[in-house]
Amino acid sequence: MGQQPITFLRQVMALCTYPNLLDSPSFPEDAKKRARRILQACGGNSLGSYSASQGVNCIREDVAAYITRRDGGVPADPDNIYLTTGASDGISTILKILVSGGGKSRTGVLIPIPQYPLYSAVISELGAVQVNYYLDEENCWALDVNELRRAVREAKGHCDPKVLCIINPGNPTGQVQSRKCIEDVIHFAWEEKLFLLADEVYQDNVYSPDCSFHSFKKVLYEMGPEYSSNVELASFHSTSKGYMGECGYRGGYMEVINLHPEIKGQLVKLLSVRLCPPVSGQAAMDIVVNPPVPGEESFEQFSREKEFVLGNLAKKAKLTEDLFNQVPGIHCNPLQGAMYAFPRIFIPTKAVEAAQAHKMAPDMFYCMKLLEETGICVVPGSGFGQREGTYHFRMTILPPVDKLKTVLQKVKDFHMKFLEKHA
Amino acid sequence: MALKAGDQSQAAMNRLKEKVLTLDTMNPCVRRVEYAVRGPIVLRALELEQELCQGIKKPFTEVIRANIGDAQAMGQKPITFLRQVLALCIHPDLLNSPDFPEDAKRRAERILQACGGHSLGAYSISSGIQLIREDVARYIERRDGGIPADPSNIFLSTGASDAIVTVLKLLVAGEGRTRTGVLIPIPQYPLYSATLAELNAVQVDYYLDEERAWALDVSELRRALRQARDHCYPRALCVINPGNPTGQVQPRECIEAVIRFAFEERLFLMADEVYQDNVYAEGSQFHSFKKVLTELGPPYAAQQELASFHSVSKGYMGECGFRAGYVEVVNMDAAVQQQMQKLMSVRLCPPVPGQALLHMVVSPPAPSDPSFAQFQAERQAVLAELAAKAKLTEQVFNEAPGIHCNPVQGAMYSFPRVQLPPRAVQRAQELGLAPDMFFCLRLLEETGICVVPGSGFGQREGTYHFRMTILPPMEKLRSLLEKLSQFHAKFTRDYS
Repeated sequence: MGQQPITFLRQVMALCTYPNLLDSPSFPEDAKKRARRILQACGGNSLGSYSASQGVNCIREDVAAYITRRDGGVPADPDNIYLTTGASDGISTILKILVSGGGKSRTGVLIPIPQYPLYSAVISELGAVQVNYYLDEENCWALDVNELRRAVREAKGHCDPKVLCIINPGNPTGQVQSRKCIEDVIHFAWEEKLFLLADEVYQDNVYSPDCSFHSFKKVLYEMGPEYSSNVELASFHSTSKGYMGECGYRGGYMEVINLHPEIKGQLVKLLSVRLCPPVSGQAAMDIVVNPPVPGEESFEQFSREKEFVLGNLAKKAKLTEDLFNQVPGIHCNPLQGAMYAFPRIFIPTKAVEAAQAHKMAPDMFYCMKLLEETGICVVPGSGFGQREGTYHFRMTILPPVDKLKTVLQKVKDFHMKFLEKHA
Repeated sequence: MALKAGDQSQAAMNRLKEKVLTLDTMNPCVRRVEYAVRGPIVLRALELEQELCQGIKKPFTEVIRANIGDAQAMGQKPITFLRQVLALCIHPDLLNSPDFPEDAKRRAERILQACGGHSLGAYSISSGIQLIREDVARYIERRDGGIPADPSNIFLSTGASDAIVTVLKLLVAGEGRTRTGVLIPIPQYPLYSATLAELNAVQVDYYLDEERAWALDVSELRRALRQARDHCYPRALCVINPGNPTGQVQPRECIEAVIRFAFEERLFLMADEVYQDNVYAEGSQFHSFKKVLTELGPPYAAQQELASFHSVSKGYMGECGFRAGYVEVVNMDAAVQQQMQKLMSVRLCPPVPGQALLHMVVSPPAPSDPSFAQFQAERQAVLAELAAKAKLTEQVFNEAPGIHCNPVQGAMYSFPRVQLPPRAVQRAQELGLAPDMFFCLRLLEETGICVVPGSGFGQREGTYHFRMTILPPMEKLRSLLEKLSQFHAKFTRDYS
């Protein structure tokens, strides 16, 4: 959608890709230094060699150092870091290892509703049991442990719930969970013996001044040894979001905590069948976790570019939330983080009936009409899950500000017409 | 009561047993997965490397990783043009640099124009950038003497492995005696056995004929199929040509026979052709399944279901780390093809830098382009060197008594058969090891040479092999081959 890549990142990638450029005066020293470090750690000093299946060693070390800094000194062990082909790959791999049993003992996986549909898709593909827990729309999509409890209790009747997935900041919902919430979730996972998956790919996308990102790893550690030595956790990050937006590189990592050593062996074995994640994506991840620091030549430009992207996203988040909330029949929860609006739309009964006549979910019907009439493509809430009888759509906040304003206006106009038409 | 040291470890053990995720609670299919190419022997090689780093004395000064088909890791240089265009795509500021040839710049612009936001950082559509799929189709057409290829039948993937797994996922269904069976060659590249284990499909082995340069015999396919029908529902037939680990390049008659067989027996054909650019032996030629299928005419051409795979990891490019490949599907049911697209969409898209590389592999510089001369020279040099190394390997191994190496007609490996004395076999069994694993472990410990035992690929009962790549630099290769032969002789003496 027009966001510019971070210059420093592309410089280092270019140097790694075509090392002749290490002799070029047009590249800053700090970029060259990082490129050399990465290349030296690659077979044949080339991005074209397979890396170790767990990822290039020095990059895993850099990731561990990043996590330690991010978490105020809570140590991260490079041995617990696995580089992956985007976060999706790591999530899919961990779920794969977790799924076992049959019939009533088939693994149940708790996922938020609304969720990012990678989860439902992978659960379906693996023949696991999807166990829905509802985020509380009335309360800014808060995660209520009582709802987790309800979900687990009901699930136990027909499956073996073993896994609890959290997306924080949320996709599609954009909420940033409070620290207390995260503690409550960890305690619940400990109590119920659930394996925790923390999808934290939007950790750099927090806009609301009242919110902070609290990593599950940090909170777990700070809750003391009974939790930090026992709760099994996998946290995920990616180069696709944040201020980088390097989706096409398919870079990501997962940090695993308290996994049985034999399981770690199994994990590497499983990953080894696909050889390794794309090395250029691993290099991109390295720069994300090892960016220019104050004093380095590229620091100023890097900071500027980063702040610009994040400031712009924050502005667009607010703009989107405000504009949607001005439209009668649309209600948008605060966009505290991530990259999406997930407004609730009130679809008149007549429209619901029309949708049913077309054999479509009402919000799919709405979105199709929106697309046909305005060219704006958004995803109906039914694709992410929502409480029965409610309708939503997910729209990104990514178009450039001016275009975004136009888009939002068009959606408003469409919505008013839609309400009128189906009154 | 204070815990004693022993108690502490028991407590720790108990805690380990109480974990949610243990060997007993994990996915049993994943537990059965093995992948020898990066298996136990390689883990041991890694340990030895670390010991060397720590200054521990060994009978060797370096570990030679001859276990994996990774050319650049063994010193092969990337093709300049490919890396120039990719660098330009990654950092388009370089389009203003005088240090890049014009044709590289034009290519980069063309690729970037086809990317969202003109950036490699945008997700592409799940089947790959349309422009590049079109280029792949044209490549296939040129390769196959004009036989048309439709871009909408081409799906880019994260290496060929990704597409192979995707197609297998679509194929596996049923249960018990109707569970999908998949015919795979023995010896095979263990991605196949690993994926079949993971998907809980039934592996159906058909043996290549070692006595006849690893020929594929349809009567053996028939035998395998007949026996398989007792306990599963065979639906797919996988062929690796040129072969991995075996290196044979099947003649055209063989490919025709396989196609006819697949058609008769209603088997979905999977043709792993990632080594199509690696053909060395005089008299050997790569015949694509797609081409042969089409030339067979009706009823095969319009009805036989086929998926063919290619990759940027092999050939003369060796760009393994970029994880790029594609599958061409022929005569696939339209609804199934949509399902495949849907399945791929869950993972968004294959890495875009890899897609860009693939574009260049399938549309290399033309003779009139400024970069052509250098490109051609580099390409020829790589292929010529591989051919020379293939020949050298075969020759040196065949000079060693007790080692017999079939002609390395293509691909990147030798898969020699080794005679192991009965006492060694016995010792291996005592240690709970396959005899060729025992041999390879001792080889590793005493010479630092890491190769993969034949048991990791499959072989006829009572025979032993190892797979070694032909990739180390020429001079080093010669010395490795000799060391290995000497080791085998010593091993034979030691266990006589």
